[in-house]
Amino acid sequence: MSGEGRAADDGKRATVDPDDAWRTRLIERTAEGSQELAPVGGTSPVELVIERGGVLRVPEDAALDPDAADASFGAGETMILNVGPQHPSTHGVLRMMVELEGETILRSKPVIGYLHTGMEKTGEELTYVQGATNVTRMDYLSPLHNELVYSLAVEKLLGIEIPPRATWIRMLMCELNRISSHVMWAATNGMDLASTTMMIFGLRERDLVLQFFEKVTGLRMNHNFIRPGGVAADLPDGWEDDVAAVVDTVGARLADYDNLLTGQPIFRERTEGVGIVSAEQLLALSATGPILRAAGVPWDLRRSMPYLAYDEVDFDVIVGTVGDCFDRYAVRLNEVRESIRIVRQILEKMPSGDYRTQDKKVTPPPRARIDESMEALIHHFKLFTRGIEPPQGETYVAVESPRGELGCYLVSDGSNRPMRMHIRAPSFVNLQSVPASLQGGLVADMIAVLSSVDPVLGEVDR
Amino acid sequence: MASPGSLAATVAELAEVPSADSAGDEVFFPSRQDYVGLAKALREAGFETCSDLCAVDYLTHLDRPLPAGVARERFEVVVNLLSHRAARRVRLRVMVPEHDPVCPTLFAVYPGTENMEREAYDLMGIRFAGHPDPSRILLPEDWEGHPLRRDYGVGRVPVQFKEAPGPR
Repeated sequence: MSGEGRAADDGKRATVDPDDAWRTRLIERTAEGSQELAPVGGTSPVELVIERGGVLRVPEDAALDPDAADASFGAGETMILNVGPQHPSTHGVLRMMVELEGETILRSKPVIGYLHTGMEKTGEELTYVQGATNVTRMDYLSPLHNELVYSLAVEKLLGIEIPPRATWIRMLMCELNRISSHVMWAATNGMDLASTTMMIFGLRERDLVLQFFEKVTGLRMNHNFIRPGGVAADLPDGWEDDVAAVVDTVGARLADYDNLLTGQPIFRERTEGVGIVSAEQLLALSATGPILRAAGVPWDLRRSMPYLAYDEVDFDVIVGTVGDCFDRYAVRLNEVRESIRIVRQILEKMPSGDYRTQDKKVTPPPRARIDESMEALIHHFKLFTRGIEPPQGETYVAVESPRGELGCYLVSDGSNRPMRMHIRAPSFVNLQSVPASLQGGLVADMIAVLSSVDPVLGEVDR
Repeated sequence: MASPGSLAATVAELAEVPSADSAGDEVFFPSRQDYVGLAKALREAGFETCSDLCAVDYLTHLDRPLPAGVARERFEVVVNLLSHRAARRVRLRVMVPEHDPVCPTLFAVYPGTENMEREAYDLMGIRFAGHPDPSRILLPEDWEGHPLRRDYGVGRVPVQFKEAPGPR
């Protein structure tokens, strides 16, 4: 159907329909040149291949013009449907523009930027010490990974080593964070597919982890716990029992998830075979994380390019087979189990020692030393007036966040503030695969596909 | 110059490109003309994914250390390529002059750079010639200026709100 429609419209491309005058008016109004959605038939086959379902252009106020509204559609005509940014299934403020022919999605485009607060610019105004408070607010479901990648980048610029206990505390916190992020994803995914019980289950388990975080860092989110040079504080007394209780409970309750969703026919009908993208396409689109592994690519930075002490713990990289929404669900659920495995090993192997480096250019001296030592006082004063001053240079560091490769590109000009702090946000990049997954699918599956990508809009827009 | 095991020894196109070692990362400085061809050669050499593309404004730090033979320019487009098979990263830094902030697009080689190049255009004002959708991505369509440039002050622009509905 659509192919015929395109061929029939090919000849009309150059002519201007007088009924379309409102469109030219809109074109003049936008500052970015032509912003109008031309009919599909106006796009040459070569351009359609280039677009890969990605490019759609509709100006902000095109839908508001009542005179232009035309409810009748002829054969081969398409409709633009706008979802969001307030739609509850868009995980925040994501707006989806989809072009429909009947119920089939022809093209789609995620429109983002509603949560943009210029955090990369803010990062250039904050010192290296303050920077962790900024990046932790980007991906609010895995704040510790953001702090980790930023701290690793600063440490790489400084060329310092951190003590083993700090490394293992970071690993413990990050794996717990992966658990909380994945169960939160399972909760919202269940909610999107009309399983409200799953929403309660997921939030319940996430809260167990957040309570432990609150005990360790003082906050449930935006911890500013992992800092350049180590972590902010040692683990509290009795942390082993708390962590064991958290992972035992979450591990046991994962059976509830299986009962509720994994074997559930309605859930499987809605997710199996939906939103399949091939591994080659995902690699070309730079996708990472669970959506890439669900397509069968065993790429996990923890295993392939180990950071922290991931080469000293035993875990499996979970991969799927076809890369549909169900595989993505299964990969995440089993990653929770693997994270629990890692946490149990950390419980056994946690070394003793310092929880932050003793390099006085990075870590402030203990309060008691300031009264006794002039040098300690000077270090304290320098650190809190000037901060850390890494040598000139640039570096890129990446970690495996629950959503994929989280990278930090940091440029230092030798001063106490980064000259450029760029975060490679996995959600931002993974969103590019949504048009590819949606193309040719049904509009009813759009929510399932969107949810399976797990976008966190705070990180997409930064 | 190219040591055995380094990329320049295996990828012929890299032999003439100035390179540097940045804290253990391999960095190459191709010219704007060679950049896309080089990326294509690297893709064929096994770098199947472009993990990151961003732009940097060196306005306040023009005297940064660069290898010999690289023209010093205000902007840089920084591309991070990743090879899954070799578990290896390589970084390309392309100089982009201030008076002509245009760079060829990588879209034909790595379609995953679509959003990243739009972001670089939006926030840094570098145009990517040949990009299929060269529009703003994070800021409103009618925003003026490119905030991540070093000469774009913080808090200089009043917050833009849509017109509020009047009293009823």
